[in-house]
Amino acid sequence: MSLLSIEGLSIEFGGVRAVHDVSFNLKAGEIVSVIGPNGAGKTTLFNMISGIYLPGSGKVMLDGEDVTGVAPHLLARRGLSRTFQNLQIFQQMTVLENAIAGYHLKEGGHVLADMLNLPSSRKRAKAATEGAHALLERVGLSRAAEQEAGNLSYGALKRLEIARALALSPRVLLLDEPAAGCNAVETEEIDNLIAEVAREGVAILLVEHDMKLVMRISNHLVVLDHGEKIAEGDPATVSQNPDVIAAYLGTQAEEEASHAHS
Amino acid sequence: MPELMQFLFSGVTVGAVYALVALGFTIIYNASDVVNFAQGEFAMLGGMIAVFAVSAGMPLPLAAVVAIIVTGLIGIGLNKLAIEPARGAPVVSLIIITIGAAIFIKGATKLIFDKQLHRLPAFSGDTPIQLMGATILPQSLWVIAGAIGVFIGLWLFFTRTLIGRAVLATSNNRLAAQLVGINIKWVMTLAFSLSAAIGALAGVLITPITLTSYDVGIALALKGFAAAMLGGMGNPKGALVGGIVLGLLEAMTAGYISSQYKDAAAFIVILMVLFFMPQGLFGLKSTDRV
Amino acid sequence: MRISSKQITLLVLLALIAVAPFFFPSSFYYRVGALVFINGLAVVGIVILTGYAGQISLGHAGFAGIGAYACALAPAHLGIHVGLAAILGALISAVIAYLVGRPILRLHGYYLGVASLGFGILVAMVLSNEGQLTGGPDGIAVNDLGLRSVLNDMGLSLTNSEFWYAFSGLTLVVGAWLALNLYNSPTGRAWRALHGSEVAARTVGVDVARLKLQAFVISAVYASIAGSLLALQNRFITPEVAGFMHSIEMVTMAVLGGVGSVLGAIFGAIILTVLPQALTVFAEHEMMVLGLVMMLVMIFMREGVVPTLLRFFRGRGE
Repeated sequence: MSLLSIEGLSIEFGGVRAVHDVSFNLKAGEIVSVIGPNGAGKTTLFNMISGIYLPGSGKVMLDGEDVTGVAPHLLARRGLSRTFQNLQIFQQMTVLENAIAGYHLKEGGHVLADMLNLPSSRKRAKAATEGAHALLERVGLSRAAEQEAGNLSYGALKRLEIARALALSPRVLLLDEPAAGCNAVETEEIDNLIAEVAREGVAILLVEHDMKLVMRISNHLVVLDHGEKIAEGDPATVSQNPDVIAAYLGTQAEEEASHAHS
Repeated sequence: MPELMQFLFSGVTVGAVYALVALGFTIIYNASDVVNFAQGEFAMLGGMIAVFAVSAGMPLPLAAVVAIIVTGLIGIGLNKLAIEPARGAPVVSLIIITIGAAIFIKGATKLIFDKQLHRLPAFSGDTPIQLMGATILPQSLWVIAGAIGVFIGLWLFFTRTLIGRAVLATSNNRLAAQLVGINIKWVMTLAFSLSAAIGALAGVLITPITLTSYDVGIALALKGFAAAMLGGMGNPKGALVGGIVLGLLEAMTAGYISSQYKDAAAFIVILMVLFFMPQGLFGLKSTDRV
Repeated sequence: MRISSKQITLLVLLALIAVAPFFFPSSFYYRVGALVFINGLAVVGIVILTGYAGQISLGHAGFAGIGAYACALAPAHLGIHVGLAAILGALISAVIAYLVGRPILRLHGYYLGVASLGFGILVAMVLSNEGQLTGGPDGIAVNDLGLRSVLNDMGLSLTNSEFWYAFSGLTLVVGAWLALNLYNSPTGRAWRALHGSEVAARTVGVDVARLKLQAFVISAVYASIAGSLLALQNRFITPEVAGFMHSIEMVTMAVLGGVGSVLGAIFGAIILTVLPQALTVFAEHEMMVLGLVMMLVMIFMREGVVPTLLRFFRGRGE
């Protein structure tokens, strides 16, 4: 049974159809990638699924329950977590604190207990700190733990966001271009990390421009163009689909051609 | 009925002044994202400088022009000396810089001029005009005409001239504006001088009715700020409507409920408007880009 | 064992309170000192609201007004002790902050600024217009706290100004301790997270509306207690305590010192409390100098005095 079902999701901005009637499913342990040219509506789709935009129509079902329009912090409680295309890091906090922030739901207690520094508050914070250290180790950032997050490289921040999202122990994880701006080595690290997380049974929805990465790790592809789903299937089938080649790979070929000329 | 007309007249008069101050806020905000709390001081300076120019023997129209030009120069000075060096500082720091500037200007005015209340002669006499059963001062018509004139002038400036469009482009997207060769520093200087001049004009126009002294600026700044927010920060039409609405609210509350609570009514309405329209009456709904 | 920055801050604060009197040429300086601590307490509240949670308020003096007038009115009308009245004032402030904060904290930036400004002005207006109850713009007298005579009976005799210096200093230490606890707690982290990126905070499960409200209520209680202390120390209070300028003063002190840190808040309180006292000598130029200091500090020390100096010395040390 699918963990996340998207059913006919649509949204308009000022009369422009940004996403129109998109449906697909995501099972536990599966990696599904949403691909498509720039402006195809991938990030908008993510924003609707993660409760940041309210869809115009359609439904988001999480584990059989309708969660359409449910606020992001409540989705987090239900086990849906995400990263962002344009980094959303807590810049003024240390790397470790950013990771601990991911434990908010687990360490959260009463504000008065925190104010008085009661043992219960300290105990929760300690548990979260230990968990965060382990996660930083996992994404290879433990040496930077005490640095201010703003000082890290782009690739490192991408990994920090993944660590923060993993801290929630999500059942569904949305990754918006996790490898953007990363070098080959970093991309491979992220690649391994994603595959590993999926093996643990987390359903992963991925937006990524690095086609090699997408083809390598995805179980299933969903292709968007101008806000509509034009194809889906396993990577081998989709890459042979003439519509996809025309819409997506075609534009990329054009881009590459123009780059080659200039 | 005549009572209502009377309140309407006084509301529109005060509202026109708020609208002018709010326009000043809007212009600077659009050019630089700074909310300039010294905006009220510009109106105070306009009134005070005109008063002292007249008492020094200048004819009233010349005194008014001098007041507007001098205040415009002070606006440029404020931008060059305090705002430009603080480029990129956080919003709260900028608020404090402009409040500091307001306190400084107030202190300097008190020192250079004095602490007394001052009056300016009305532009065309004090004989009230009978209109629809109520009376209106000729000076009120001057104030209203001034606000309308400034609004039309600004509209022409921003839509019909190249410079005006450059300012608009800057407010839409600073980076893009820079890329097409617009000099941002120059746009900010222009915005500050324009806002200061408009503020000074408001001060000159209203002084014959309300009198002026070194400490009237902060109240005007608060009302102008509130009017700009009511209309939707950054929208000139919003500033105009917000100012007039605020003036009318005050006049109606003062007339029908309690003059002591006229400021309260204005702020209660603002709280209610913001509750239902968090971006003000004409503000654009912004969506977080993530 | 390593000393944490929390302990350093508290030690610096305690040392300051203990050592400063040795440099006081007259008892008048105890009064200025007490005023610094009372302002500092209100500003620590602003640090929680603005420095931790990133929310602006231009109307917090309204809560100081509620705290101050609770001390003036509750003993006369409810017959309770003035000390209890201060606690009642803090409770009322918390409830009002909760009711006002719920709708206005949905607003952002300058819109939140104008809404909180409106709230502060409403409080100030009620205090000065309802003359039969509040004594109007001329102010109203406040009962003696009575704690000093209790201490006297126990053999600890202090002059009035010494007592208020010590009492408000200790209250500030407690307030600073609570604020420092919050900084590194789960709640404090959630505040700083939503300050950094509201949307990311939501996705890790932070109930942004609830957290903002908590910060607003706590900072309102700080302001309220500061208002009460002011009333109790002066035995008299006027509506100016709730005025716009007082709200601005609180924010300015917080930002001037460095809005992220408790030590900065206290430093800001020192500058803006002592400066006007020092400037009374130059009464003529007082406002100009004050405005100039505000501008210069913000232009040349954007993050505030304390963080800028810390950075400077750390840079030197390495």
